Amino acid sequence: MSKNIILYGAILIFGLAAPFIFPAFKVQLSILCILIILAITWNVQGGEMGYNTFGNILFYGLGMYLCASVQVGMFFPLGEWTEGGGEKTFVHTPAQFFQGFAVGLAVAAVVPAIIAGLIGYSILGLRGHYFAICTLGLGVAAGEISGGIEIIGAGQGFTTPPFPNVDRLEARGEFFYFCSFIVLVFTFLAVKAIYSTRFKLVLNAIRDNEDKAEAMGIQTMKYKIIGWMISAFFCGLAGGIMGGLVGYIDSTDVAFDGREMGVFMVLMAILGGKGTLWGPVIGATLFHIFKEGFWTFFLGWQYVALGVLIVVIVIYFPEGIMGWLREKYPERFGEVVDEADRKAQVTLK
Amino acid sequence: MLTLQAVLDGLLLGILFALIAYGMALQWGVMNIINIAQGDLVILGGYIAYFMYLYGIHPAWGVIVSPIIMYFVGVIIYKLVINKVVDRDLFISILATFGISILFMQLMNFAFGADVVLANSGYGTTMLFDNSVTLPNSKIFSAFISIVFAIGLVIYMKKSKLGRAIRATAQNARAAKILGVDTEKVYAATFGINAALCGVAGALISITFTIHPYMGLPYTIRSFMIVIVAGLGNLPGVAMSGMGLGVFEEFADYILGTEFRIGSVFLLLVLILVYRRFKLSRKREYLK
Repeated sequence: MSKNIILYGAILIFGLAAPFIFPAFKVQLSILCILIILAITWNVQGGEMGYNTFGNILFYGLGMYLCASVQVGMFFPLGEWTEGGGEKTFVHTPAQFFQGFAVGLAVAAVVPAIIAGLIGYSILGLRGHYFAICTLGLGVAAGEISGGIEIIGAGQGFTTPPFPNVDRLEARGEFFYFCSFIVLVFTFLAVKAIYSTRFKLVLNAIRDNEDKAEAMGIQTMKYKIIGWMISAFFCGLAGGIMGGLVGYIDSTDVAFDGREMGVFMVLMAILGGKGTLWGPVIGATLFHIFKEGFWTFFLGWQYVALGVLIVVIVIYFPEGIMGWLREKYPERFGEVVDEADRKAQVTLK
Repeated sequence: MLTLQAVLDGLLLGILFALIAYGMALQWGVMNIINIAQGDLVILGGYIAYFMYLYGIHPAWGVIVSPIIMYFVGVIIYKLVINKVVDRDLFISILATFGISILFMQLMNFAFGADVVLANSGYGTTMLFDNSVTLPNSKIFSAFISIVFAIGLVIYMKKSKLGRAIRATAQNARAAKILGVDTEKVYAATFGINAALCGVAGALISITFTIHPYMGLPYTIRSFMIVIVAGLGNLPGVAMSGMGLGVFEEFADYILGTEFRIGSVFLLLVLILVYRRFKLSRKREYLK
């Protein structure tokens, strides 16, 4: 136990010190935090519950739009703001900016969760690949439709409020980094707490055999909806921060970007290992390093590399890093291994 | 008259969708694979016809050339990727073909550029009912060719040796293997035929509409939708629901506006799935 506390403490201290150690990578580190949040939330849904979704991008994009709209709409008329496009007709004072951002984040977290609860009963009745395709459709439809709504900028995009002028030049990067890092820690601890309760066992039961779980008297639908709402809550938060960080929201390229972010979160969780606590974290970190390498050195070819990467991971590495480690060192994962039994299994293979 | 125009447009468009959906139903039924790259195969087939047009050959010949090339593309994809996911979880196949889809999109973007293109067939238009309804002849041509290919494929599946092997594998792959069917070859051929159908549809789309490297996914979703409405192996059903979808789309285009066209297709998919889920849950069943 004490070993764990040292590990967590080291990570926490590293996380807090990171922007000062690597001042040039503040934006990259913030994006890494967002990616880890998304991978963790996807894992609640896809890894633990067994409902593989492409649709969490819906909540991410929704959170992004909601946070920015609230931040603007609290002080200025939203329609005029988006009509002005890049031209800054209105300027937030620092107090307005931070207040708006805080309220916007709260809205961006709560509203997607409510929406997930509302549509959950209909959508979560689907299973397997029907669920996957349905959520894929939901994500793309949201992108296409939001691209046609005038008040949030339609096709020309939505410029989020620029960071207010404060004395320090570094302040913007640090603010967004600490926002995303705090949300990451919050997400991780919340999910860790959830995983130590009976709730996780119910989710796993649903993944392993839903009919049997239902026959055992578990109200599976209730748990599935709650699981999805948890996913949506954190996805919305991540989206809200990402909107402020990027500074510009486009319906299909930034917010409801099923081709990038929507696939990334699935891929990161699978790369790290579905159904584990640390898997998505490791997967997201490795993936981000890979991705930045590709994006820098193979500029233009990044989607080709991404496509190949997806195929390779899915075909040759479906268990992920944690799954591989678990097979290699089962003792570390608290599984009691009978040495003779294990040898017998190996020879059988 | 606008209604009549929309209905006719939709029907002719729907026949094309049905052709793509037929390919999807075929491979879904035989190999239990959902191919997200279906739409990208269509677009690739379209570019073959477009390049013939650029080099001075009439693009209608693409209807013959494109499926031949696409057959081999399909077999290659099968050999490289699909044969490793055939008997795995369906989600794995969805993700793997999603990867192929992204790969194809970007490669086509590099090779052919990001412009919206069309191959001009120069077929002219037909005016009906006192010039109130305009029908491009290319649309009629494409619907006719689609029907010819669909009927040809049905006869082929019924009569030929390979067709019989494919149907046997779809019924029970293991039993077919025991009785001497080389299922590996059957799978490769099925995927190739699917790709060839996509090639035909793509060539027709490049003549009648426009093609663009990123336009693949909507075609995948459309064919998926048609298949889940009609059911696997129900060819009249595929044709009917394909035409129904075409008409729906044209009306959505007229009523809501073009910017919501693709969005309404995707939303319709969600609605259909949810409708079927509620209908089945009364019998305590779910979509399998």
